[in-house]
Amino acid sequence: MSEEIIRLHYDINDEDFSAAGEASSGVKKTLSALGVSPETVKKVAIAMYEAEINAVIHADGGEADIEITPEEIKVVISDRGPGIPDMEKAMEPGYSTATETVRELGFGAGMGLPNMKRYTDEMYIDTKLGEGTTVTLIVKI
Amino acid sequence: MLKVREIVKILDAEILAGEDQLDMEIYSGCGADLMSDVMAFVKESVILCTGLVNPQVVRTAEMMDIKVICFVRGKVPGDAILELAKEKGITILSTKHPLFITCGMLYSAGIQGRGVWD
Repeated sequence: MSEEIIRLHYDINDEDFSAAGEASSGVKKTLSALGVSPETVKKVAIAMYEAEINAVIHADGGEADIEITPEEIKVVISDRGPGIPDMEKAMEPGYSTATETVRELGFGAGMGLPNMKRYTDEMYIDTKLGEGTTVTLIVKI
Repeated sequence: MLKVREIVKILDAEILAGEDQLDMEIYSGCGADLMSDVMAFVKESVILCTGLVNPQVVRTAEMMDIKVICFVRGKVPGDAILELAKEKGITILSTKHPLFITCGMLYSAGIQGRGVWD
């Protein structure tokens, strides 16, 4: 892998739920092509996919910015959604504010944030009520 | 361990996509309708059995490197889902058995690999 930083950018739109995951899919493909180990690729893909789904179901979509260096992969997903009112609760496995519709789609089990934490080395959440949430996910190579 | 072609026989399943992977070996299974629960476990050589039918099932499998999905209770996914699965190299099966029975049949036949919490 070259020494330079590789940057990727994706728009996450919320109009089509079936398209959710395309950004994560693109990142997975890029990382595999760069020769990153399958285990690391899987961690990034799962964590980013959960974050991407969150941006679609809780906010009106958002943006994903990815930075790949020889040391780590950093994924930043930001949305302009309602923000997270109770962070402690949001981190509890099983706690969810998702609607019944979202649950019928197979999400909203309250495992999104716990899964992101499980598969990353570092996770930061910056949230402001009524303004939006930015989730930063870092996986070391 | 079971090969995909053995799974097809055991579950009396229909192959809807990915007939080229029938010799693939499957060591563990996951039965769930909630995709985040699927993503809470890391396993290798997995079959995902689910009653949920939407493109996110294929997306979840893609992220998890799951190569075989079996839809239960006779559910047959639409063309969009099958096309996405073909694009991602994922084999799609459909069985008439419900989820519990499907899992039980596969477990009895030898798929007993456990997932691990990371």
